[in-house]
Amino acid sequence: MRTGRRSFLKVAGFTVLGLAGRPLLRGVAEASSASREPRSGGTRWAMVVDPRKCLKDEGCRACIEACHAAHNVPVMPEARHEVKWIWKEPFDKAFPDQEPEYIDEALTSRPVLVFCNHCDNPPCVRVCPTQATWRRDDGIVMMDWHRCIGCRYCVAGCPYGSRSFNWRDPRPFIPAITEAFPTRTKGVVEKCTFCEERLAQGQPPACVAACREGALVFGNLADPNSEVRALLRSRFAVRRKPALGTHPAVYYLV
Amino acid sequence: MLYDGGKILTGLGVFLAAALLPFWHNAVAGKKPRPEPKLVTSETRCVEPKAVMRASHMALLDRWRDEVVRQGVRTTTTPDGRVWEMSLTNGCLKCHPNKQEFCDACHNYLAVTPYCWQCHVERKEKAS
Repeated sequence: MRTGRRSFLKVAGFTVLGLAGRPLLRGVAEASSASREPRSGGTRWAMVVDPRKCLKDEGCRACIEACHAAHNVPVMPEARHEVKWIWKEPFDKAFPDQEPEYIDEALTSRPVLVFCNHCDNPPCVRVCPTQATWRRDDGIVMMDWHRCIGCRYCVAGCPYGSRSFNWRDPRPFIPAITEAFPTRTKGVVEKCTFCEERLAQGQPPACVAACREGALVFGNLADPNSEVRALLRSRFAVRRKPALGTHPAVYYLV
Repeated sequence: MLYDGGKILTGLGVFLAAALLPFWHNAVAGKKPRPEPKLVTSETRCVEPKAVMRASHMALLDRWRDEVVRQGVRTTTTPDGRVWEMSLTNGCLKCHPNKQEFCDACHNYLAVTPYCWQCHVERKEKAS
């Protein structure tokens, strides 16, 4: 069989195109089906918040104080310098896409406890130019404060406002320094780390340990028998801004 | 010969005197003795031999930092089987709580200012 030059070039061209397209297609496929399902047998840390229990005592700040004391979070005199790991946000700010019409006012009229969502698809990690923040295998979006250059891309990238920047040296504004945990320095971003330093010692996060109402449940999503999975099976839960595709690991029971 | 030779040579002399001032100072005042870090620990051995620690503790700390923060490995086992927490404040300073006499003495002598302590907390030195 004779192959003309024209048809040979056609076939060769399509072949090259196909070979070049394969890795591209694979990349797209991987990105869209990113490992959201925790691998069985592994660990995927997550938190389930029960706002009804949390709201029993509206003035309670036990978890916030425990967290901020354990991690040397400063109390900045000016709001624009504020540093926070866990805080309360008005319902409509925490869940702007919920449109909660006619549902129980007890839920919607009061603030919601919010912190880093430790997303499966964290935008902060994507934008960090130095890999100072990254997603660990157990799902924790971790920070390496040694490596942070203070560019604040992650602050802009996080749709939940979970990241704070140290505009000033935080040391003078820490009420009581906890020696066992480092402080941060001026020009570094910080956020909740799911208390990975406590998890390493087999302890629950400081906020969970401090909550008197049991409103915060921490556990392993990859374990079907865990408390968090049992809660998520038995009750309906929402996550913050699901439309953004970040797949948070913090669930709010309704 | 040299135009303005007097001025140039005087200038050179002044420059050399100023530039070599540290040497004159040492020659006159005597060299400051090399500081000896003060040990207050009851432990007999560090995680590495003394010579290694003295020469490359900073490399060890860098390695510890990466292993703890990035790999989540928090303890190290010394060749003779002792397990240590890889931590500056919770590890090193357990044996060396006297940061000023132990760390700062040499660092000041060599005019190096490691910025570990901008974040890592110095233990409150026990009144001894």
